[in-house]
Amino acid sequence: MSLAPQSISTSMISSSSSAFLSPSNLNFNSRQNAWVQAKRISVCKCVAAPQEEKIAYKTKVSRNGNLGKLQAGYLFPEIARRKAAHMLKYPDAEVISLGIGDTTEPIPEVITSALAKRSYALSTQEGYSGYGAEQGEKPLRAAIASTFYKDLGIEEGDIFVSDGAKCDISRLQIVFGSNVTMAVQDPSYPAYVDSSVIMGQTGEFQKDAEKYGKIEYMRCTAENGFFPDLSTVARTDIIFFCSPNNPTGAAATREQLTRLVQFAKDNGSIIVYDSAYALYISDDNPRSIFEIPGAKEVAIETSSFSKYAGFTGVRLGWTVIPKELLFSDGFPVAKDFNRIVCTCFNGASNISQAGGLACLSPEGFKAVHEVIGFYKENTDIIVETFNSLGFKVYGGKNAPYVWVQFPGRSSWDVFSEILKKTHVVTTPGSGFGPGGEGFIRVSAFGHRGNVLEACKRFKHLYK
Amino acid sequence: MVQPSLTVRKEGVGRCTKVHRNFNLEKLRNGYLFTEIARRELQHLEKYPNAKVISLGIGDTTQPIPDNISMSMANYARALATAEGYRGYGAEQGNKELRKAIAETHYKDVLVKESEVFVSDGSQCDIARLLLVLGSNVTVAAQDPSFPAYIDSSVIVGQAGDLEDEVGKYCNIEYLECGPGNNFFPDLKGTSRTDIIFFCSPNNPTGHAATQNQLEQLVEFARNNGSIIIFDSAYAAYVTDGCPRSIYEIPGAREVAIEISSFSKFSGFTGVRLGWTVVPEELLFSSGFPVINDFNRIICTCFNGASNIAQAGGLACLSSEGLEAVHSVVDYYKENTKILIDTLASLGIKVYGGINAPYVWAHFPGRKSWDVFAEILEKTHITTVPGSGFGPGGEEYIRISGFGHRESILEASRRLEALF
Repeated sequence: MSLAPQSISTSMISSSSSAFLSPSNLNFNSRQNAWVQAKRISVCKCVAAPQEEKIAYKTKVSRNGNLGKLQAGYLFPEIARRKAAHMLKYPDAEVISLGIGDTTEPIPEVITSALAKRSYALSTQEGYSGYGAEQGEKPLRAAIASTFYKDLGIEEGDIFVSDGAKCDISRLQIVFGSNVTMAVQDPSYPAYVDSSVIMGQTGEFQKDAEKYGKIEYMRCTAENGFFPDLSTVARTDIIFFCSPNNPTGAAATREQLTRLVQFAKDNGSIIVYDSAYALYISDDNPRSIFEIPGAKEVAIETSSFSKYAGFTGVRLGWTVIPKELLFSDGFPVAKDFNRIVCTCFNGASNISQAGGLACLSPEGFKAVHEVIGFYKENTDIIVETFNSLGFKVYGGKNAPYVWVQFPGRSSWDVFSEILKKTHVVTTPGSGFGPGGEGFIRVSAFGHRGNVLEACKRFKHLYK
Repeated sequence: MVQPSLTVRKEGVGRCTKVHRNFNLEKLRNGYLFTEIARRELQHLEKYPNAKVISLGIGDTTQPIPDNISMSMANYARALATAEGYRGYGAEQGNKELRKAIAETHYKDVLVKESEVFVSDGSQCDIARLLLVLGSNVTVAAQDPSFPAYIDSSVIVGQAGDLEDEVGKYCNIEYLECGPGNNFFPDLKGTSRTDIIFFCSPNNPTGHAATQNQLEQLVEFARNNGSIIIFDSAYAAYVTDGCPRSIYEIPGAREVAIEISSFSKFSGFTGVRLGWTVVPEELLFSSGFPVINDFNRIICTCFNGASNIAQAGGLACLSSEGLEAVHSVVDYYKENTKILIDTLASLGIKVYGGINAPYVWAHFPGRKSWDVFAEILEKTHITTVPGSGFGPGGEEYIRISGFGHRESILEASRRLEALF
């Protein structure tokens, strides 16, 4: 059977349709590893096949229905795809990427020399090490505990070093299994929802609402200060909460997190608290959920070296699971996580871990703060730009993301307009959930020159 | 590999949440095998603090990584401190150059495209990701005995059903017995159809490398049943006698098999973390949907790529200088394994494997493998792995790994000679 393509007009791609339908005319074909002219297919009619077509061999293995529920590719590869398509179309344009939150500044030397030193050591008898503890090297676990959780009652043994928060989220989902219900902020980092769909925790995608069935979406808007009205949130087993928030940039206050912890306690839920941007906080909002009394009985915290040390490619993160966190039958969650870590993982790279340890040395930590400071200055420049243009601007103070409102407009349309007219890549808010519609996320990772140039172009476009 | 301390304080003991424990995890009876071996070794060290324990249990590499490879990684790391050399997020599928090098080096005589190679942080992680792609509704077959991650991950994902305690088998898993009686290749005629077939060759723990003929039978079996083979070729570099190193040497395999492999035992990257999975374009689900598309989606959503430094190391391993250096280390371990085989054979112990893999599979008829393990540990201070840890088909066997410093291997041989 061949498919007769029907071309689609952009009017069919409205803000209420699936967030990822693309009007672009180029597709990256991973099989051919090349960009190919896209068949502009959205609705397909089957017609009789010409006789010469070979029938491909198919196995008898049914596709995992959960993967069939996913509406499109993961958000960030889609942004990358669009950017690449744009660059092909405008080969002379100087495209500036403020879309995917990819770090750009070099890693401080005190840290890279530790990475290099460990690499060299692996070629010596004394320095060679094979398999490491799957939970991570002891000195690093201890350093994470003392740097981030001093006086919070979190110990080295509660820390599990990983190759990053995204991977940890999926490992946590594997621990939880398919029979748990989950709640997310809306908008939120797409890996929470996507991994939930993959695990089979959700129902089908409801096109009208742009939501998956069985997920509790906790609306975070300008009106509610980007903290959900918990009195309207149904009980779920798991609550994903990211603060400072990606994409809105909002950092929850102590008072808000106290209410969240109480909510979890009352409902017997487990909070998965993503604190990957904690070091970007400017004011005195909590940097860890464990600053809230009682949190150890209801929360897991996950974090990452990606946005602190520019380790986006080096790969290093961690998850904290307190001993006090128990399933309904009293079984410690940490024990099951440990089992997954030992069976489905084999530890973060030893070289990356040596780098992590250097990040947490006094000299390394100081250098890390300098790089963070640099990105925060970038963020200030972007905030100031959009403010001066009369936009309603959120975030930016406690996170490297600026959440700009474009009331009444489809975020993918705004994304396309900005890309086309200024050659700047951003991220459309609806990619983070229906609550992101009407917003654009501008990330502050970039060389200073690029950020300044991008802001100049924004000023020109929206003056 | 020590379990974290989990004593919940009595006073103000943690209050339970209302979240039910994942019942799949309840089905795992014990800790992961190698975690248990590590625990026993530590316990032994505590009991005999002056004993010189020799670890021939967990297959952990011991020889340094060749200079040119670690130098590449060091250089790459240093470059991350410069504007020109800094790299952020890499492609989740892996660095293009490395994917190309893997396709050209490991698959030069068979048709594997760069775009079908997915670089990872190791096979154990890839196995879990593959099972995540496949979901809980598929049926699984695995060799018996086999690397425990296949079955354990299958249990975790919900494919395995309940454990039948008396036989030590999960009721939904098809166990493909491999022993001396059937030339370490399962009798496929008597095997029920499953969606997925895990097959490791050269085999961990038995050391047997399947022949061309055996793999042709396996591919035919998979084709006839519409099954998918997950072929673990982590020990391909240890093949000595011309047995196939890749499933794709078998015609028709591209439409029925995924291949996983690793730099761990190839380049001593057990701690550095690097591996890969090949998913051919022609591999389709029953609906015609390409498996590669779903694998790619999982990679992009549940993973963020292998460490860029490790990947730089991997690329160096596959340069001609790197390959030469890496193969000398592999030869070193192969010589170790030969020493162990010769020792055990001279003691009249029936040994298998060791020719195409760094593992010796020693038979102790009529004895429980955990008892033999304990006896060897207690009397010679050598850690091995009891065969039943790899499945009921491993009972009466002990796996001895050939990874170690030469002196340790020689000393271990002396002690075994004294014991037996």
